[in-house]
Amino acid sequence: MPAFSCAFPGCRRDLLVIVLVVFVGIGLPIEASAPAYQSHGTEGSYLTNVTNTKKAFPVLAVNYKHVRQPFEIALWILLALLMKLGFHLIPRLSGVVPESCLLIVVGLLVGGLIKVIGEEPPVLDSQLFFLCLLPPIILDAGYFLPIRPFTENVGTILVFAVIGTLWNTFFMGGLLYALCQIESVGLGGVDLLACLLFGSIVSAVDPVAVLAVFEEIHINELVHILVFGESLLNDAVTVVLYNLFEEFAKVGTVTVLDVFLGVVCFFVVSLGGVLVGAIYGFLAAFTSRFTSHTRVIEPLFVFLYSYMAYLSSEMFHLSGIMALIVCGVVMRPYVEANISHKSYTTIKYFLKMWSSVSETLIFIFLGVSTVAGPHAWNWTFVITTVILCLVSRVLGVIGLTFIINKFRIVKLTKKDQFIVAYGGLRGAIAFSLGYLLSNRHQMRNLFLTAIITVIFFTVFVQGMTIRPLVELLAVKKKKESKPSINEEIHTEFLNHLLTGVEGVCGHYGHYHWKEKLNRFNKTYVKRWLIAGENFKEPELIAFYRKMELKQAIMMVESGQLPSALPSTISMQNIQPRAIPRVSKKREEEIRRILRSNLQNNKQKMRSRSYSRHTLFDADEEDNVSEVRLRKTKMEMERRVSVMERRMSHYLTVPANRESPRPGVRRVRFESDNQVFSADSVPTVHFEQPSPPSTPDAVSLEEEVPKRPSLEADIEGPRGNASDNHQGELDYQRLARCLSDPGPNKDKEEDDPFMSC
Amino acid sequence: MGALQSLPDEFEYRDLSEKTGFSFEQIGILHKRFKQLSHNEDTLRRDDLNTIPDLSCNPIRTQIIEAFFDKRNFHQNGEGTVQEISFEEFLVVMSHFRPPALDMTEEQREIIRREKLRFLFNMHDTDNDGTITLEEYRHVVEELLSRSGALGKETAKGIADAAMLEVASISMGHMEPDEFYEGITFEHFLKILKDIEIETRMNIRFLNMDTTNLCK
Repeated sequence: MPAFSCAFPGCRRDLLVIVLVVFVGIGLPIEASAPAYQSHGTEGSYLTNVTNTKKAFPVLAVNYKHVRQPFEIALWILLALLMKLGFHLIPRLSGVVPESCLLIVVGLLVGGLIKVIGEEPPVLDSQLFFLCLLPPIILDAGYFLPIRPFTENVGTILVFAVIGTLWNTFFMGGLLYALCQIESVGLGGVDLLACLLFGSIVSAVDPVAVLAVFEEIHINELVHILVFGESLLNDAVTVVLYNLFEEFAKVGTVTVLDVFLGVVCFFVVSLGGVLVGAIYGFLAAFTSRFTSHTRVIEPLFVFLYSYMAYLSSEMFHLSGIMALIVCGVVMRPYVEANISHKSYTTIKYFLKMWSSVSETLIFIFLGVSTVAGPHAWNWTFVITTVILCLVSRVLGVIGLTFIINKFRIVKLTKKDQFIVAYGGLRGAIAFSLGYLLSNRHQMRNLFLTAIITVIFFTVFVQGMTIRPLVELLAVKKKKESKPSINEEIHTEFLNHLLTGVEGVCGHYGHYHWKEKLNRFNKTYVKRWLIAGENFKEPELIAFYRKMELKQAIMMVESGQLPSALPSTISMQNIQPRAIPRVSKKREEEIRRILRSNLQNNKQKMRSRSYSRHTLFDADEEDNVSEVRLRKTKMEMERRVSVMERRMSHYLTVPANRESPRPGVRRVRFESDNQVFSADSVPTVHFEQPSPPSTPDAVSLEEEVPKRPSLEADIEGPRGNASDNHQGELDYQRLARCLSDPGPNKDKEEDDPFMSC
Repeated sequence: MGALQSLPDEFEYRDLSEKTGFSFEQIGILHKRFKQLSHNEDTLRRDDLNTIPDLSCNPIRTQIIEAFFDKRNFHQNGEGTVQEISFEEFLVVMSHFRPPALDMTEEQREIIRREKLRFLFNMHDTDNDGTITLEEYRHVVEELLSRSGALGKETAKGIADAAMLEVASISMGHMEPDEFYEGITFEHFLKILKDIEIETRMNIRFLNMDTTNLCK
């Protein structure tokens, strides 16, 4: 077991304390369970003796049995989370070793401790795993799945998932069978089907492990989605192969009909899972349309419908993982258009929380089960398994990429291939499937040992070395996505352009069908599934509003006005000159005064990464924030109007009008962008009858020709008063939007939430 | 049917292939489509493209059609627009959408990226003065949003203004208050869109096109 190297002296002591607490905590329930049974017996005798003797009323009594099960569960979870906490307190460790490794080690320690006490350490119960621990992780992954890269690469992902897994299974199964035939190994009793069964269990890439490791290395989007998508979609293949070989192993022989049925079963399992997920997804979307009066329970619908999708498909032996993913993907755009801002945050937080806990527990249990489980060690078999895993993965990836690249526009480079191959980690799913093998298989223990060894190898060796390798090979990392409105405009422009050119070519390609789907979605589906009038809003506008709101949220959050950047570009720099100007000196003076007022409040720019461990926190106490926002707004307005009244001459009105309000906001864009990534920010649909800036520009520009007599005196205070009012209204509306509406407010405040 | 073009003339195709980079097969398919659209004449007019039903619900239809008749896209250093185009010019415009080959060096990729972005730039810069002004950008955004409901020109203006500010901030950094940002030059355009990997996204698959049953 690796020794923890601490940066500061206290942490070693802390760890020891934690371990001791754990020890006591675990020892207690286990020992308490013994006397619990005895007390039951004495209770019975107590009742019969009650008439004979009068005992003193028990002031303090221990009845552990009553709370045993939930107590133990809570204790385990608490232990897991304390461990997680501990890791992040040790500075250097979390940078070098991925969390999954550390958790497995802790599991080993705990399992060892339990064994030392003399108790039987609990093994990762497959039912617990598949029904309770796995769904939150998959739902989290599916709900936040980046759709665009996924759909662009879905062909590649499917090829890797299906054909890659099949290749791995047969290659490994076949070669292991050949190995077992060799006399010296001493495994003559293993038949081909058992080997193939083993191959099917151990060849599937595990989503939990992949998520855990890849999240920390921030690899570029393409590779990430390839490995991750593969790990999700290969579930169907794994389920089919596993059940198939299990059945065949019982019978002992395989006919052509069986193989054919197996293929049919694969399609049934995968498409069935997708269908079940889609049905529940649409149900959830439809339900969310009506939740405007009961906002509090909105997140529950999301969770419950998804869980039902998972359970329903598991009931029919369909692919539960695919159902869950499809459910999340299908319901997300509609649900997010309907639910409130707070519900969105709740959903996000809960999903992250549950998946985090699940992942931690899974890895710890893996460690404990390793100590607990029955083992049968056979050097040759195990070592060969590990080597074959690697070899088959590499060969599979290279071979498949060679074929796939003929069909891809963006080819996969050698570096991409390496990471895809190296990132094929195995994890707890393989272990649970192995554990589910009935004891009938005489090789069960051997298989379990081999599976655990493979898991350890991939998680520890590959997991730990992948980060330095990524650095070494200079693989492209994920770019810090700054939502830029120009990129957004041009992305949409490109889509339409390519659809149009495809139309000119007469080629019904990718874009054509995507456009058709979008149109179908807009005209029919959205009408049914999205409450209110929001289904009409186009993406670009939603994006723009989201950006504006991000800024406003940032302003509220910091409680201050954003300061002027080094680039002080405002509307006047780009607006064509239509208004007569005054002396430069005056202009400078006004501007300086305004700027200094704004600059008094510097805003810290924080950039947060979107990962399992950190969530962008945009929740503020709404009352305080509303008050603050309004106060700062009023202050700004007051100052500006004071300035304007003082000056008789007026310069480029858009500058003055715009820079304190929208101008300032505009200038913020490029720097703000780095704080958010499109997915991680809660958004609110900001219903404005007209955006604040343009009425100014339009109305004031119009007013200029009307008053040629006044040299530069353009509708100063009056124009501003009305704009003031307008601006104030806007801000009030904004503030109200940010606070979650109660059920009885009018529609304006009940602005549903929209995201791209 | 023009007697000159009734047979796929391989010699002619070779010339075109060298010029545009399409394969003979692709040129053949596109030629069939060209003849279909132009009703078997030698030149294509705007009206021929207007009649394509797939384009009718495209918000930027006018710009797309204009791009085909824009001399700047013909790689001949011409300017202005024409009323009708030949097959060669059609092919040259189409070649902007060809996917890059796998084994390209970084420089070649850069060249292709510039070419594609130049195409986009030309689509926006309608008055051909080398810059995209605020008005032109506003027009672009308005067109994009024209199909999508009755949100009016105000929002489009707001979005375009915000976008322009962003470009100005990125390209110019700091500007004095009295400076005026003329418009987006091609270099600025390259800069703001460098994160969209245009050479991989602005592509159409030109194989697998069977135009015989797909014409409307």
